[in-house]
Amino acid sequence: MSAQGDGSEGHQVGSTRLFVTVWVWLVAITAFEVFLGYERLQPELMLGLLVALSLVKAALIVSYFMHLKYEKLSMALMLVPPTIFCICMIIIFFFPDSWRLMQIRLQ
Amino acid sequence: MHDTKIEATLSDSAWSGGEAPFAVNSKKLGMWLFIVSDTLTFSAMLLVYSWVRLANPGWPRPFEIYPAIAKSTFMTVILLASSLTMVLGVAAAHRNDRAKTVRWLLLTALGGIAFVVLHTTEWINLIHEGYTPWSTPQGVPLFGATFFGITGLHMLHVTIGVIYLSVMALGYGGGKFDADDVEVSGLYWHFVDLVWMFVFPMIYLMSIKL
Repeated sequence: MSAQGDGSEGHQVGSTRLFVTVWVWLVAITAFEVFLGYERLQPELMLGLLVALSLVKAALIVSYFMHLKYEKLSMALMLVPPTIFCICMIIIFFFPDSWRLMQIRLQ
Repeated sequence: MHDTKIEATLSDSAWSGGEAPFAVNSKKLGMWLFIVSDTLTFSAMLLVYSWVRLANPGWPRPFEIYPAIAKSTFMTVILLASSLTMVLGVAAAHRNDRAKTVRWLLLTALGGIAFVVLHTTEWINLIHEGYTPWSTPQGVPLFGATFFGITGLHMLHVTIGVIYLSVMALGYGGGKFDADDVEVSGLYWHFVDLVWMFVFPMIYLMSIKL
C-alpha cells in the first residue's frame, strides 16, 4: 500500500487532469475524422488521413491509458516494433495483389 | 504492494527462476502479449476488408448521417468515455480506494453495455435495409460478410470485456483481486477501445452515403 503512494521509479499513475486532457484530445480527433468523412476527398487521401489520425489516437491510448509510456523502455521496445513489423509484412504481401485487382477492374 | 512484489521477484537470482526483465508482473505481461496477437487478428481483418473492397466494384456506401453515422459517432464517444472511467478506476485501485474502484468499474461496464445495445440497433436497422452477412441490395455479398464479421468480432470483444469488468468489480470489491488485476483488466478494455478507433473510420467513415 505504501509503495504506491510515493510514485517510485517511473511508476507515476498519472493525474485525473492528464487523463481528462487525453480524453478531450481523443474526442476532438474523432470529431475531426467525422468532419473529414463529409469532405469529398480522393479515397486514397481520405484513407491516408483517417489512418494517420487513428494512429495518433492509438498512440495516445497506448501511452497514457494503457500506461506504456511509464513502463520500462525495454517493454515498449519488445511490444511495439514487432507488431508494426508484422502489420507491414501483411501489407507487403497483400497490397500488390489488391492493387493489381483494382487495375484489372479499371481496364 | 505492487512494487514490492516486483522487487521481491527481481532480488531472486536468475538461476532460481526469479527475474522480471520488464519489471512488470506476469499477468500484465501476459495481457500485453495477448493484445499484440489480437492486434494482428484485427489488422489482418481490416486489411482483408480493404482488399475485398478494392476487388469488388460497386462497394456499398450505406451509412447515412442519421441513424448510422450519428449513432456510431455517439458510440465512439461512449467507448472513449468508458476508457476514461476505466483509467480512473485503475488509479483509484492503486490508491486502494475499493468503493470508488468498484463504482468506476461498473460505470465502465455500463458504457460497454450501452455500446453493444446501440450497435445492435444499428445492425437491426441495416438488416431491415436488406444488408445481411450473405447479401446486400447492391449484390455485393462480401460487404455484408466483412462488415458483420469485423464489427461482430469487435462486439464480441466488448461483450467479453463487460463480463470481465463485472467479475473484476465483484471480485475486487470482495477482496479476491488486487489492484494489479484491475490494471490488467484495464489494459484489455483500452485495447477494445483502440480497435474501435480503427474500425469506426475504416468501415463507417469510408462508406458514408454522400
